[in-house]
Amino acid sequence: MPGRQVTKTVDSTAFDRRNADWYFDKLVQVLVFIGGISAIIFVVGIFVFITKEGLGFILDRFDFHEFFTSPYWYPADEDDPEYGILALIAGTASVTGLAMLVAIPFSLGAAIYVAEFASGKTREALKVLVELLAAIPSVVWGFIGLSIMNPLIIKLFDVPVGLNVLNAGIILGLMAAPIMTSIAEDALKAVPDRYREAAEAMGATRWQVIYKTVLPAAKNGLLGAVLLGVGRGFGETMAVLMATGHSINIPHSVFDSVRALTATIAAELGETAVGSDHYQVLFTIGIFLFIITFIINLTADLIVRGVRKG
Amino acid sequence: MFETSALNLHNQRVQRLFNILFLLMTMLLITPVLLILGTLIVKGGSVISIDFLFTSPTNGMTAGGIFPALFGTIWLVAVALMISVPLGVAAAIYLSEYAGKNWFTRIINLAIINLAGVPSIVHALFGVGAFVLFFKFGTSILAASLTLAIMTLPVVIVATRESLQAVPLAFREACWNMGATRWQTIRRVVLPNAVSGILTGVILEVSRTTGETAPIMFTGAVFFTPFLPQGIFDQTMAMSLHLFVVSTQVPGVPEDLPYGVALVLIAMVLLMNSLSIAFRIYLRGKKKW
Repeated sequence: MPGRQVTKTVDSTAFDRRNADWYFDKLVQVLVFIGGISAIIFVVGIFVFITKEGLGFILDRFDFHEFFTSPYWYPADEDDPEYGILALIAGTASVTGLAMLVAIPFSLGAAIYVAEFASGKTREALKVLVELLAAIPSVVWGFIGLSIMNPLIIKLFDVPVGLNVLNAGIILGLMAAPIMTSIAEDALKAVPDRYREAAEAMGATRWQVIYKTVLPAAKNGLLGAVLLGVGRGFGETMAVLMATGHSINIPHSVFDSVRALTATIAAELGETAVGSDHYQVLFTIGIFLFIITFIINLTADLIVRGVRKG
Repeated sequence: MFETSALNLHNQRVQRLFNILFLLMTMLLITPVLLILGTLIVKGGSVISIDFLFTSPTNGMTAGGIFPALFGTIWLVAVALMISVPLGVAAAIYLSEYAGKNWFTRIINLAIINLAGVPSIVHALFGVGAFVLFFKFGTSILAASLTLAIMTLPVVIVATRESLQAVPLAFREACWNMGATRWQTIRRVVLPNAVSGILTGVILEVSRTTGETAPIMFTGAVFFTPFLPQGIFDQTMAMSLHLFVVSTQVPGVPEDLPYGVALVLIAMVLLMNSLSIAFRIYLRGKKKW
């Protein structure tokens, strides 16, 4: 028994490697862990803080029915303010919808060309161009809508105002296309080459390989790309603020001016007093935007990841 | 025995057709942008001069230059970088070197995707609620830069994680076998081999931060101020917001002036991006393993 005691003492001194380096290592591990969870903290923080600011309205004034079904948005009316966001939802939906009509065919087409047809230098050049396209800031896109697209639409279609669904839809389509192209291209690249080889061995042409083999195999990834494009369009602020005309409308044609959810916050937050109903309802819209984009991103991620496992 | 059948010919024609169709679509995606850039250069080029870059706006922003906005953007980007780069690199080190393949890592990844996907105006609301009001920074460079830093954090994390993961595991194993701790391995072996990749990501983030408008509108950037910022608690003008202001908010701005502002802004952004891309291509050619 005493012998054992001795062995134990020897063990703990001779093999204890807990020197300064060891402790420093542990410290770093804690620090990088804090960095690692920072993204979680921020996402939760965003939700907590916008809810905190909007909570007063949600508890006291919030009328679910009025909020989502009334097209009347008069938050600044002193006697009888109305808080219906239906027209704003219609504005966002119409612009995003048109943007997707523009972006989906072009970005999928471009992704297929870059991933399957182009090779070598052409492919590299196209990828760089698409990446630069994605870099143009949204306020510049808004300016383009305002000063280049606006007169162009007035001239081409002979309409009085060129700031409308068509203008913002095209702008937003061009903005969403690059990101959709690069995600779609990743999805196509993720299809194993042996699928293509097998199809080619059967005598299929390049197009037959793509149409019958690659596209079905990349289906989920492509869907994820489209969803992320929708999320991008939905949350876009400056370009939509500047190019839609910013007037409250449920649009009947692409030449109607509309106003988007995001743009409303951007345009009105500066004019409201902190803590007022108007201020709080803008944060409530923010909560709505947060939840919708959260769902879109989550779904896109689940779909894309589903395909990786399969 | 191997002659081309009618079916083969037909199939080949179809393939060529689709090849051209998709090429056209790609071109149609890129051409408008080149046209737009061309227009910006033609209309904005005449405005830009040394004076334009280095003087303040005058006559209620209908004349003069853009210096306070340019200077403010540099402040905002610099402070944002000081916050997001250490945090983002730490997060990437954790994800690449420490995190296991489990539900917790999955949640972190999901949070990163969501952070990147939250609309910029919601980031602005967060900035107002958290930094301007709760932490009482007021509308200041600090509040605006914190908002920008959190918004662009995913860019740094994703780029850094990719370049860390590109360092072969064998490098780490060799170092561990010498008795080095995890941190010593990261510090001496992993980071030096990944530093250029991280730099590419940082440059990309500079470009993103420069162009953002909505997150700084209510947190620290103002339409006009006669003073240059002296510290992080001052308000400032910014290039992106200045473009918004001169193109929508100020009456009587000469037609060419906003083009000049837009051209300078886009030149800054595209320069940074091209730098990042060029750097990446150069690195790919240089890779030792």
